[in-house]
Amino acid sequence: MPDDADWRPVLNRSIVLRYDHIRDADLLLMPERAVRLSGQGGHVLRLCDGRRTVADIIAELAEAFPDAPLADEVPAFLDRIRAEGWLR
Amino acid sequence: MSDDVPAPWALLAEVTHACPLHCPYCSNPLDLVPRRAELAAEEWARVFREAADLGVVQAHVSGGEPLLRRDLAKIVAEAHRSGVYTQLVTSGLGLTAPRLEALLAAGLNSVQLSLQDARRPGSDLIAGRPSYTAKERAARVIRAAGVPFGLNVVLHRHNLDHLEEIIEVGARWGADRIELANAQFYGWALRNRAALLPTRAQLDRAKATVAARGAGGPELVWVMPDYYEGVPKPCMGGWGARSITVGPDGTALPCPAAYAIPDLAFPSVREKPLAWIWAASPAFNAYRGTGWMAEPCRGCPRREIDFGGCRCQAHALTGDAARTDPACSLSPDHHLVRDPASAADRAAPCPTDFVYRHPAAPSHARP
Repeated sequence: MPDDADWRPVLNRSIVLRYDHIRDADLLLMPERAVRLSGQGGHVLRLCDGRRTVADIIAELAEAFPDAPLADEVPAFLDRIRAEGWLR
Repeated sequence: MSDDVPAPWALLAEVTHACPLHCPYCSNPLDLVPRRAELAAEEWARVFREAADLGVVQAHVSGGEPLLRRDLAKIVAEAHRSGVYTQLVTSGLGLTAPRLEALLAAGLNSVQLSLQDARRPGSDLIAGRPSYTAKERAARVIRAAGVPFGLNVVLHRHNLDHLEEIIEVGARWGADRIELANAQFYGWALRNRAALLPTRAQLDRAKATVAARGAGGPELVWVMPDYYEGVPKPCMGGWGARSITVGPDGTALPCPAAYAIPDLAFPSVREKPLAWIWAASPAFNAYRGTGWMAEPCRGCPRREIDFGGCRCQAHALTGDAARTDPACSLSPDHHLVRDPASAADRAAPCPTDFVYRHPAAPSHARP
């Protein structure tokens, strides 16, 4: 696992992130499973392109959500998604 | 679509019933759809589009053996174009590197490969033909392509004792996930029940094997056997609740085993839009929700958990799809599963005189 300062998160190849217009939700699709993301999860994961660091992602989100506690919430969220094996 | 019918999540696309294998527990109906009646790729394109518009996000392109469709890449491309996550479900026979490459280029997301047993003789005996070597080769091709790889193994009396070795084969072949699907006894498997039904001791050992498996290695998915549990399985997550099956000729069903229920007129995607089929057709509404239930299901606290069990099993064993699944210990018909299960516990050794799956063909064509 990379040091988090250098981590440039990207979804695993088996995962597809998609907006579902029927359910008005972002979904992570994978073999035999669909996971509904709540809140801004999809927004955050769309920035995980393997080029941006976590700090870059937080900085970019701060423009859209200036009052949110991003510095705590975003790394915790990304860690959870990584622990599921969906992000690397 | 009416507001109170939830959107479906998955489409099982049986693009052909033709198959090089003859497994005696095949999930295809006893009356296989002939090749001349199959939907064309253009028709599948419309099915995928309509399914995606309804809310379907997963398509399982299955069969029979889907690789027997020469236009499979086109079918997969249409599924991909509709935006659904597309999985190929295959025996592996005919899965060469160039073939897989073309399917991946068409947008295929994942592959599920079937395996019948850990070793060649057992696997080939169930498949009804030499096929283990081809599966080994297919696994190498899938692994080399780096695509998500699931292995599906139907479990029964003749391979449950090899479970540890089956899991080792899956790990060695590079599977990300192994689906351990205990045989479900309707259709072909019901015809072969005496030869396939395991003993309780076999299932207990198998469950212990799965439970003892630590982290690391392929993810294991245990599909519950229902003859010994006393509670029925929540089949398909409920009738018309999550999933649509479309057969090779466009027949739409809430479950791939439902062909066998004769009093439901299953609609065809050739004649009706999928949205009407899902929300309004009598067949998809017949056992939707809990309103159709009689006792003991009607007042049961588990009615929203297991939905009265499997309609196809209720029909196959009692002749009435609206009765409580006999797998439930509260069913007045529970002896219909208890008696064969007790017989399986007594019978040893077990016969292997399977009725292999074949299209209705002259008897000399059978092995």
